[in-house]
Amino acid sequence: MKSFLTLQTNTNPESQIPLGLKMRITLIFGLLFLCQLSWSQGSELVKLDKLQQLIQGEKQQIQVVNFWATWCAPCLKELPLFEKLNGERKDVHIRLVSMDMDLDPDPEKVRKFVVRKKIQSEVLILNERNPNQWIDKVDKNWSGALPATLVINNKTGKRKFVEKELHEGDLEKLIAEVQ
Amino acid sequence: MKRMFFYIAIVFAFVASAPIKNGYEVGDTASDFALKNVDGKTVSLSDWKDAKGFIVIFDCNTCPYSKAYNERIIGLNKKYASLGFPVVAINANDASESSGDSFKEMVSYAKRKGYTFPYLIDETQAVAKAFGATNTPHVFVLNRAGNDLKVAYIGTIDDNARNASAVSKKYVEDAVDSLLTGKTVANTKTKAIGCGIKWKNS
Repeated sequence: MKSFLTLQTNTNPESQIPLGLKMRITLIFGLLFLCQLSWSQGSELVKLDKLQQLIQGEKQQIQVVNFWATWCAPCLKELPLFEKLNGERKDVHIRLVSMDMDLDPDPEKVRKFVVRKKIQSEVLILNERNPNQWIDKVDKNWSGALPATLVINNKTGKRKFVEKELHEGDLEKLIAEVQ
Repeated sequence: MKRMFFYIAIVFAFVASAPIKNGYEVGDTASDFALKNVDGKTVSLSDWKDAKGFIVIFDCNTCPYSKAYNERIIGLNKKYASLGFPVVAINANDASESSGDSFKEMVSYAKRKGYTFPYLIDETQAVAKAFGATNTPHVFVLNRAGNDLKVAYIGTIDDNARNASAVSKKYVEDAVDSLLTGKTVANTKTKAIGCGIKWKNS
């Protein structure tokens, strides 16, 4: 124990670094830490009210909301279409809303999935119980089956809802239809 | 040739003008069907001479919601078959889209789970379309009225997929209990998150 302490005081590198540099290093590490934090804490839990506020609040971009889950094979098949559009179109805001918590109370599985798959689009995790009370609020025509996609243009007031797996070109078509 | 075009045009006009109907609504009369069971025999609803009705469930092997509800589905048949409302499970998933739902897999799944009710394959998906089933498990409670089977309830089994012991509303049981006691069904239609039926070429 004693030798460990002496070793530490003898080789303390910080004492040789000027104060300004030390502050800058702390700042850089602090920023890195915050980045890490926001990366791992992305995929925020939301209630439906909050989700609706987010979607309705934006007039400049067309709102695309994809309802998906990590267990849903057709959802994962269509996921690259949303990712591609998210990278290409600045006039479109993509939100991938995970329904995983309806079956599994632990949201970490979704967050790990998002990191592992390097998903760039905004991911939200819907934290609601009893779907019978809120599915109609998303769209009257939604049975609750996944995947489902909602496209809204708040400028024109037009909206499109589809309850099926999308294929190449489908998303662009839906967006054109609400222009 | 000209006449043929004329007929085609008439047929087309008829088809185009027919209202688009996406399956049954509550109160509709359900048509019978003939589907292959996991034991190889063909099953129709008319096979049950004394049934007061049916709990028809579009289900599958692979969906996590089907798995979460499996015990509860077995429980429904255990409770209601003897009271005149047997469970009839139908798998409409296209096996080329979902290999775990092939007939062979259905046979072994039913065996493993000890199904005491038919588990039918809807290979053409015609029955799922006629009913308007969209996801799994999707329940249609049918009630006998004379020679007809009237749709009395459409929807989910209960209000908690995650946890069977935390259910507060047992929609299907409430519907069947009401029918058994001659009351009107209070909640005739419910919705739930679920796996979409794997349609052919979709």
